[in-house]
Amino acid sequence: MATTVINIEDAVVSYREDIALRGVSLKVESGEFVGIIGPNGAGKTTLLTVVNGLGKLLSGRVRVLGNSLSRGNGHSLRKKVGYVAQVENIDPRMPMHVREVVMIGRYGVLGLFRRPRKHDWEIVDEMLELVGMTHLARRPIGHLSGGEQQRVAIARCLSQEPKLFLLDEPTASLDWKAKTDILELVRQIHDSRQLTTLFVTHDLSALPIACDRVVLMKEGLIKSEGSPGELLTDENLSELYDMPISAVQNRRRGVIPT
Amino acid sequence: MQNAILSAFLGGIACSTVGVFVVLMHMPFIGVAMSHAAFAGALLGMWLGFNPLVGAFAFSLLAAAVIGPLADRGELSPETSLGVIFSLMLGIAFLFMGLMPGTKSGALELLWGSILANTRSDIILLAVVAVVVVGLILIFFKEIQATIFNRNMALSVGLPATLILYGILFLTGATVTTSLRSIGGLLIFSLILNPAAAAYQLTYSMKRMFLLSAVFGVLSGWIGLLFSYLFDIPSGATIVVTSSIIFMVAAIFSPKRKVKAWQVKPVMEGQ
Repeated sequence: MATTVINIEDAVVSYREDIALRGVSLKVESGEFVGIIGPNGAGKTTLLTVVNGLGKLLSGRVRVLGNSLSRGNGHSLRKKVGYVAQVENIDPRMPMHVREVVMIGRYGVLGLFRRPRKHDWEIVDEMLELVGMTHLARRPIGHLSGGEQQRVAIARCLSQEPKLFLLDEPTASLDWKAKTDILELVRQIHDSRQLTTLFVTHDLSALPIACDRVVLMKEGLIKSEGSPGELLTDENLSELYDMPISAVQNRRRGVIPT
Repeated sequence: MQNAILSAFLGGIACSTVGVFVVLMHMPFIGVAMSHAAFAGALLGMWLGFNPLVGAFAFSLLAAAVIGPLADRGELSPETSLGVIFSLMLGIAFLFMGLMPGTKSGALELLWGSILANTRSDIILLAVVAVVVVGLILIFFKEIQATIFNRNMALSVGLPATLILYGILFLTGATVTTSLRSIGGLLIFSLILNPAAAAYQLTYSMKRMFLLSAVFGVLSGWIGLLFSYLFDIPSGATIVVTSSIIFMVAAIFSPKRKVKAWQVKPVMEGQ
């Protein structure tokens, strides 16, 4: 029987004067692949920060992996939650190579005063192989393309051996081919490692096909949630993005707005 | 002279290792803001008649406490907030200098530094700071490495990245304060920045960058002292000019200038 791994009840989060989440409730079962879509400023990223304990709740309750989130217990929770953000510009001269960056995923699990051992490096190498980056393991991280950097970010996240897999616009600024490859890799990893995955995107064409559930967000609220088939209609999407959208379902790419 | 050689060694290690943080976090103004804060604090001590070192330490920690939240919350860009603090501290320093009665030679000494006048207690203090800086880097290397690379990523894997950031700022403040008398408020920034910037040109390994930076820092101090002795010119200036020359040589011969070559041939550097 599936257990509830994320339970958000009436969460309100604000940054300075702006309210980013206005009473959001969401339950996610173990093993689910949930796609969260909505326009910029909908509160999607904030929702993820609430799940990994970085968001500051004004009110509401959040239970993740059986722990109630409160001030101060975020560090221990984050060790079990893998988080992949969108591609960031990395200084090409940064003195770190790919293998070291993936090892950062182990640092939280290792804890203070403990150095990585052979076992940790073996996990790092295994994850690099999983994402197809073994051949670039000793390349300076700043020399990689955007798609390669996202593969490294996914390997770093997996080296944490997380229970939850959070992806925040992981395909933003990637070209079509890199985007498709990353989406397929994410789905494959979700299935093979039996993770619970939350995938956030504003880009409909970046929504992985075969999400178990889709959550539509707008203006800090969840507008609706349900199966992709029933929810991703032209009418719903047009209302969500405030413009006429005609979506085409594609076998390999999920939803393509036209 | 023996005291000066030891001071150059210890100050060189402390300043240049702290410089690695400054260079990799792209916050070169930290050194300037901190050194001017320390200078202003020392002048307050001189004016009010308490130990200038205490004033310098308090002011640089205060600057760290202000810079930290500003950098942390991202309300202002780090360059903007550091620029404001730098100019404020410089203004306060000159205000205190104007208010000080009598001769200003002590204040000017702090501005230009006088490594040749260092006493045994100065050296002990420099040694303590150098040992603390190197010790903390060795103990918390992985946390520091992750925080320098990407603070949000370090936070997301469960590391206390905010605490590490504040630790880095306080270490910078402590290093600047203890080196103020030797190198001088105006010149210390170069000894923080130049050796680390030179090391940055030469390696893709952070561990090697720390090591190279420390070597360049010590070399800058020793070669600078030699020129100061040979030509009878101010030591602070010769140390800074030497560190700048080391940077220029490193930049000219930097393998990183040939970035395109790396994209064809993988780098085989150690872990």
